[in-house]
Amino acid sequence: MTAPVQDFLVQARIVARDLRHRGLIQRALGKYEVARDRKQAAFGSWQSARQAAAETKWDAINHLDQYLDQFAQRLEARGTKVHWASNGAQAREIILGIIKSKGAKSIIKSKAMTAEEIHLNDAMEQAGYEVVESDLGEFIVQLRHEPPYHIVFPAMHLTRDEISDLFQRKLGSAPTNEPEELTMIARRALREKYLTADIGITGANFAIAETGMISITENEGNARLTAALPKTMITLLGIEKVLPELADLALFLPMLATAGAGQTMTGYNTMYGGPRQPGECDGPKEFHVVLLDNRRTELLADPEQRDALHCIRCGACLNVCPIFRNVGGHTYGTTYSGPVGSVITPHLRGLQDWKHLSASSSLCGACTEACPVKIDLHHHLLHNRRNAATGKPSVLERLAYHAFAFVANRPALWLFGKEVARLFQPLHVFVKGSYLDPARPWTATRDTPEMAPESFKEWWRNRR
Amino acid sequence: MVEEPPMTEREKILGRIREALTVDAPHPGTHGGHEPAFHFKGRPVQVAQPWLPPDGSTLEEQVARFRTASTELKTDFHFVESAEAAAAVLARIRDAGHWRRVATHNGELTTTATAALGLPVLTVDGGYDVNALEACDAGITECDALVAQTGSVVVNSRNAGGRALSVLPPHHVVLARREQMVGDLTAAFALIKQRYGADYPSMISFITGPSRTGDIERILVLGAHGPKQLTVICH
Ligand code: SF4
Repeated sequence: MTAPVQDFLVQARIVARDLRHRGLIQRALGKYEVARDRKQAAFGSWQSARQAAAETKWDAINHLDQYLDQFAQRLEARGTKVHWASNGAQAREIILGIIKSKGAKSIIKSKAMTAEEIHLNDAMEQAGYEVVESDLGEFIVQLRHEPPYHIVFPAMHLTRDEISDLFQRKLGSAPTNEPEELTMIARRALREKYLTADIGITGANFAIAETGMISITENEGNARLTAALPKTMITLLGIEKVLPELADLALFLPMLATAGAGQTMTGYNTMYGGPRQPGECDGPKEFHVVLLDNRRTELLADPEQRDALHCIRCGACLNVCPIFRNVGGHTYGTTYSGPVGSVITPHLRGLQDWKHLSASSSLCGACTEACPVKIDLHHHLLHNRRNAATGKPSVLERLAYHAFAFVANRPALWLFGKEVARLFQPLHVFVKGSYLDPARPWTATRDTPEMAPESFKEWWRNRR
Repeated sequence: MVEEPPMTEREKILGRIREALTVDAPHPGTHGGHEPAFHFKGRPVQVAQPWLPPDGSTLEEQVARFRTASTELKTDFHFVESAEAAAAVLARIRDAGHWRRVATHNGELTTTATAALGLPVLTVDGGYDVNALEACDAGITECDALVAQTGSVVVNSRNAGGRALSVLPPHHVVLARREQMVGDLTAAFALIKQRYGADYPSMISFITGPSRTGDIERILVLGAHGPKQLTVICH
């Protein structure tokens, strides 16, 4: 067994039994589902809109070279410096290089999953810079030295009391159990940082090829401030974020809001096409865009699963996934969790270490159904399982199947076995779930069904 | 480009992409040999309009939609008959919020409206002190458009006082004219393209409701980082 799979199993066992966690997640996601359904119903046709979004992303991804080139050229034409990074190390080096050349001290950051992916904060902190996450959820998990729990709702696993305790310890604030008061504590702490930060770092939700713009979707206004006040702005994004035209956002902005959080429209959807332009009164003097590959081109090279790059990171597939809801976001041990994380992580970080994620699905298809860009998530999980199952089954497994086939092929033996089982089942309760139980892995967390008093065959015979 | 080394990272990445794309991927919905329900002629977004949330064709309908969508997101929306009535609304809000100073930018609507408030005014055009802006009780801006479909206000860095004016002060007030109401996002993007296609402002923002968060137990709190209040006064 490899380490990631062991961690997964241990964590999953703990979290799945944690009633506090269960309550929190079910409440939050229950609310989400109601809101999302209501917003989807307001669409003329949510299903047709999904098809349109999927086709648009298909066009973008299958002409990625042209669109990326166009995107970069348009940005450069208006004074933005575009950097290209093949992997995380290069991206970190580029960003640290910019920070160093500016003689910066403090950095304010708005939410960017790509930054999590390349462990940018660790790199900046190790280099001696102060980095503050400005998104409230990210700010909370940063104070806890934890990765985000969910790609859209980073602090979803915490109660207000836990957050209050955290703020008391780290910020010296007074205890409170009002979410409003807690938010204001963070607001005050962060205002200070915006006004003094030298560099603002953001992610991006979309990259518009036609006009050379990045688009950021957020509710809090923290990205707006991050992109307004510091003198230098850096945006880190994956190469798959491309959309062909500005007008495509008319489709994608409401769909992202609806699928992601059950909103008509997210609070701030902002497009940035350069540093401060002549005649504008504020904004950064320098704008750097860092395009990250980090093995996305490997996923691109697999035509079967290429559509996983259509992902707009809305989080809908996580929200509806029975596995995610039971084991929680941290159990995955990956930057991107839930169904989409299970699909792409084996590509991005190696099939051998992460193939177990393909099994973290009930194949119910809820993810595929929820995905606004129609990624075939559960088929991909199945496909990854097939790819992972290259080796021969273990001796024990083969023996078990041979034994089963042997018995199943001999009716008399089968009948005898059934009678024995019926006789002994009442005794099973004494060993159920214990180490003496031959069916322990199954019965440890499940009830054993009572054997029927007569088999179907017997019932059929008696009925005549 | 001549002085660049033979193989830049840009070329490497684009090269890998081209290599990968030599094999075609199936269109969405073709899994397992099924044909998709339909093929698009032209760009999908051009035919997608009827599938999106409704817009409204007359001004009355649009105003009604804007009201529904924006008040659901806690925008304070006023649709009034005249400039005088708009000024009266603004004065009421000034009193209710105990404003002591406001910030704005030069504009057809903003200049007269803020002058009439009788308060110290910080005008951001041509540069400003961030701490002074932070200390203002409200930021008063104009906009490009109001979007009926989503209840959004469209502002940009050139005609709405830069990037910070609409997010730094605790109250954002938008002054608009009824001609600025558009049906949906498609119309808003068409307008933006027509108006700025040759030279876009460095920032274009669709603002829908005041700043908000649900990061603590998914409970809605207004004023996470940006304004706690958003008022739209349209005449
Ligand atoms: S795979 Fe689809 S549902 Fe999941 S996060 Fe990406 S876009 Fe959303």
